Amino acid sequence: MKQTIVRRVGELPTFGFGPQSGPWWGAMSFMALEGMGFAIAIGAYLYLYAVNPTWPIGASPPDLWPGTAETIIFLLSIIPNQYANRAAHQQDRHKVRVWLVVMSLIGIVLLILRGFEFAHLNTRWDNSAYGSVVWLILGLHTTHLATDLGDTIVLAVLMFTSHARPRRFSDVTDNVFYWNFVVIAWLPLYVLLDWVPRL
Amino acid sequence: MSMAAEQRDVRDDALHGLQLAARLESIWRTPPGLTGALMSVDHKVIGRRYIVTAFTFLVLGGLLAILMRIQLSGAENRLLSPDLYNQVFTMHGSTMMFLFAVPVMEAFAVYLVPLMVGTRNIAFPRLNAFSYWMFLFGGCFLWISFLFNVGPDVGWFAYTPLSSLQFNPSKRADVWAQMITFTEVAALAVAVEIIVTVFKQRAPGMTLDRIPLFVWSMLVTAFLVMFAMPSIMVASTTLILDRLVSTRFYDPSSGGNVLLWQHLFWFFGHPEVYIIFIPATGMVSMILATFARRPVIGYPVIVLSLIATGFLSFGLWVHHMFVTGLPHLAAGLFTASSMLIAVPSGLQIFCWIATLWDGRPVYRTPLLFVLGFIVIFVIGGLSGVMVASVPIDTQVHDTYFVVAHFHYVLIGGAVFPLVGAVYYWFPKICGRMLSERLGRWNFWLAFFGFNIAFFPMHILGLMGMPRRVYTYTLEMGWERLNLLSSVGAVMFALSFAVLLANAIYSLRKGTPANDNPWDASTLEWATASPPPPQNFDRIPIVTHREPLWADGDTLPVVAGLSAERREVLLTSLAEAEPQIREASPEPSIWPLLTAIATTIFFIGSIFTPWAVLWGTPPMAITLIGWFWPTGSKEDEE
Amino acid sequence: MPAWVRSGLLLLVALPLVACTGSQSALDPQALQSEQIRHTFIIFLGVSGIVWSCVIVVLGVGLLRRTRIGQAPLELRLPFEARAGRVILGLGATTTLIVLVLSFVSYAGQRSLFAKDPDALTLKIIGHQWWWEVRYKADSPHNSFTTANEIRIPVGKPVKVELESADVIHSFWVPSLTGKMDLITGQTNEIQFTARNPGIYRGQCAEFCGLQHAHMAFAAIALRPDEFERWREHENQSAVNPTAPLAKQGEELFRGRGCALCHTIRGTLAGGQLGPDLTHIGSRTTIAAGTLPRTPAALGAWIADPQHIKPGNLMPRMPLQSGELIAIIQYLEQLK
Repeated sequence: MKQTIVRRVGELPTFGFGPQSGPWWGAMSFMALEGMGFAIAIGAYLYLYAVNPTWPIGASPPDLWPGTAETIIFLLSIIPNQYANRAAHQQDRHKVRVWLVVMSLIGIVLLILRGFEFAHLNTRWDNSAYGSVVWLILGLHTTHLATDLGDTIVLAVLMFTSHARPRRFSDVTDNVFYWNFVVIAWLPLYVLLDWVPRL
Repeated sequence: MSMAAEQRDVRDDALHGLQLAARLESIWRTPPGLTGALMSVDHKVIGRRYIVTAFTFLVLGGLLAILMRIQLSGAENRLLSPDLYNQVFTMHGSTMMFLFAVPVMEAFAVYLVPLMVGTRNIAFPRLNAFSYWMFLFGGCFLWISFLFNVGPDVGWFAYTPLSSLQFNPSKRADVWAQMITFTEVAALAVAVEIIVTVFKQRAPGMTLDRIPLFVWSMLVTAFLVMFAMPSIMVASTTLILDRLVSTRFYDPSSGGNVLLWQHLFWFFGHPEVYIIFIPATGMVSMILATFARRPVIGYPVIVLSLIATGFLSFGLWVHHMFVTGLPHLAAGLFTASSMLIAVPSGLQIFCWIATLWDGRPVYRTPLLFVLGFIVIFVIGGLSGVMVASVPIDTQVHDTYFVVAHFHYVLIGGAVFPLVGAVYYWFPKICGRMLSERLGRWNFWLAFFGFNIAFFPMHILGLMGMPRRVYTYTLEMGWERLNLLSSVGAVMFALSFAVLLANAIYSLRKGTPANDNPWDASTLEWATASPPPPQNFDRIPIVTHREPLWADGDTLPVVAGLSAERREVLLTSLAEAEPQIREASPEPSIWPLLTAIATTIFFIGSIFTPWAVLWGTPPMAITLIGWFWPTGSKEDEE
Repeated sequence: MPAWVRSGLLLLVALPLVACTGSQSALDPQALQSEQIRHTFIIFLGVSGIVWSCVIVVLGVGLLRRTRIGQAPLELRLPFEARAGRVILGLGATTTLIVLVLSFVSYAGQRSLFAKDPDALTLKIIGHQWWWEVRYKADSPHNSFTTANEIRIPVGKPVKVELESADVIHSFWVPSLTGKMDLITGQTNEIQFTARNPGIYRGQCAEFCGLQHAHMAFAAIALRPDEFERWREHENQSAVNPTAPLAKQGEELFRGRGCALCHTIRGTLAGGQLGPDLTHIGSRTTIAAGTLPRTPAALGAWIADPQHIKPGNLMPRMPLQSGELIAIIQYLEQLK
């Protein structure tokens, strides 16, 4: 077929932030399907809760302090996370480095705290269906926490190398976005794990 | 921001004709040799592999079907032992659903969607390569296990507690569950790619109401995959956990519940049917427009029907559980919701018939398969309305009536359009036409073979023949119809032999195809057959829903993209206004290495929970290798 | 036992297989419930037939019409397009109406299908891989008894069956009487039906339950109420003591050779719980969960090599002399 050029796009930028960029939609899609995974796990929890006459089964509810501490740190982590976001939008390499290191440290603290949370669930995964489902849900969220922590550390390292080019700032904003998802996903799980057994 | 770096770029407006084509080809081509092939991120290369692999699994699953039909052709046949028979029907169902039907639709999407929306590669090409390897490894894992006599024998639905450790102490159920994980990872990856490709990489001017219907159907399908597959991921994971580390999800003595499995399975399992069927309706719409020689009537109706089908498909899973003792009112409501899905399906059929009514049909093989589809699928849809009724379902559930029903829906509704699609797009993919004469043989053998094989099963089911029985006694009176059905099955299998022969013959001797041999209207026909690595020398601009019919001989195009590095044009979500010239990844071996690491992790973790410890570091390393910038032009912009 | 005896016995089994089972067909309703379902089915079938015929006729006419000769694909007649749109939406509305009406028809059928009668005769069925344990419940414990793979019910009286599973999920289905209902691990389901006519109706497990899912059948025998009472009276009694010498020898062998470890025969020391209760095996119509007719030859073939007839079932092959086998058959046959 013959062609006629009717439009020139040479002046367009080579990267963008947010919904303009492809990876943002990729992250969004992954969040949607992972969010669905959380929803299904919550559904399984509630189903087992509904069909069992006693809940929790043969165990006392989890101790509150690890989950609550986790929740508070998660919520507070949104603040440095937003600073990282702003620095990335400003393409300020120095600040991005600082905030990514801070976020990595917060992630490590949360991961350690997560260990305590498992230890204070007061049930094993093989005690009962209750134990199974709380370990599943906490495990599922821990996977997300660990994955995003890994991503943050890799990005932080990247920012100290010669690869810290402008389009990497877009990756940083996607990472910020994903962290927010990990935080938001945690909130209903916190209620489910720590408070529903106390109803 | 600084544009200094790009000023040095060579842009495509500086080059013309063959010079431009050669330049782009050298940038976009898959590297030569075996390593090159393993590194390929070209959606056409991967799409072709995906299609061929899926059809290979179709042949394997079909051979199993023939084995079953031989076994059942006479009373008390002892060709297959009960153990082998159970493996065979489990393998047949699992192969057809997870390794053929879903992947083959995705495969066509991987190949066609980027061409139809006018871009140079799919979004996340490396993820695409990874997806294919996961699909391949998962399928091989299942089949190698079967050949080593650890094939799953718990049905494609693996109901607990039959699939629990107590009643299935070997690794068979684990093989099934982990195969699911492989194929789900593959399917989810493709779903994300399709969504982002359709959202962000459409050619300028391809507004939402100008998206080809096949692309719409794949978009809806991708969303279905995204929201249905997590459910089966949770299900297969919990099953493996129950079997490996003694969790109690499905153990009633510890508060577990076996119906939880059925809810999780069917919450995925019913949308699964539409994950297979909706892409096929997209194929039908495309083929119909071309061979009725006019646009499909009711474009908005069809798009809304697709979306409505997608939503409704999440509200019917309970109709697979009508005989599990559910509350009656709930069951009644699921009857209504299940029947309601007939409305969007019906609307699509009405649109297609109206298109044929006004059109001037050209009876080539693709159209024959579409007509066969309508005749057969409507029967399947109507028997679907029957099984949606609770009282009727209590009789026909788990009988051959249901076997007949879903083969009418899945073969009639998806395989007939799919074979039509093979005839339709073969020239685009392979550069040669398939033989029309063999195509007619193919169609009539398939049409009669299919109906002879599956129609009698309705009657057998009503005569009391349950599913999944490896034999029956003579006095049940089921022998004649079973024999008839087996004869039909062989005819139907022959039709695929004809298709295969046609493909092999035509690859060598077929009439060479020009860019647009059917005079079709969508963008995949605006480039060479087969398309060059860069798909289009210049990205087209879309001004009409049927661009090639509207534009006459001259295609309006965009200029200004890089002729130095892989670059795709990102456009806005609704209006498809150009926004960004984004770099597209180069070939890489890392997706393959990541898939290998993931495979080791997955297979290891059905044997020991410690696989989580030693299996994740290799995955993490390969993933870092995948994403770490290499300093190439693509990476460093 | 020599191989030729075994194959001879197998041959004998094959001959009288005919006519040991009754009908198993949704098309042959013999109870209120199955008639009700067939009624609903016929309505659906009629509507479906009409809809399909209309679609095919319209499609055929549409294909035969000669239109758009020489027109380019995009030369559309706008009035036609608009009219087609209206017709399509009209048909969509009609479809909606049809499915709503059918939903109501279905729900009405469902309500009468699942209507409960508080006075129903209650029995409990427990599914095992791959046979059916049947317990008749009555007000007084001495009137309750256990049997297997065969239920007898009075004609004209509502029967309630409670369904449970001892292992995996099974499904209780006698198509001539009513639709199926699953036997689910950890849960009790219920199904009710009222037989219209006396007769033997075959039932079969309808949920895949493992290796021998194909051989998990049973007989539902509908009797006149007086016959049923007589049967129940008799079934409630302990096993008869063998009188013939051969049968006596058979009883000893039954205990001595391990049969009693799995099977119960009430009134004797045999009290095993793993396999079917055999107290009145001599009056049942089939053995091995509907796999074979209950004839001496079939019994012999079954005991001689259960794994040949129903591979994978729990019953092991016992080493028996042919004389011993005949004694055991004799003993079981007289357990009327």
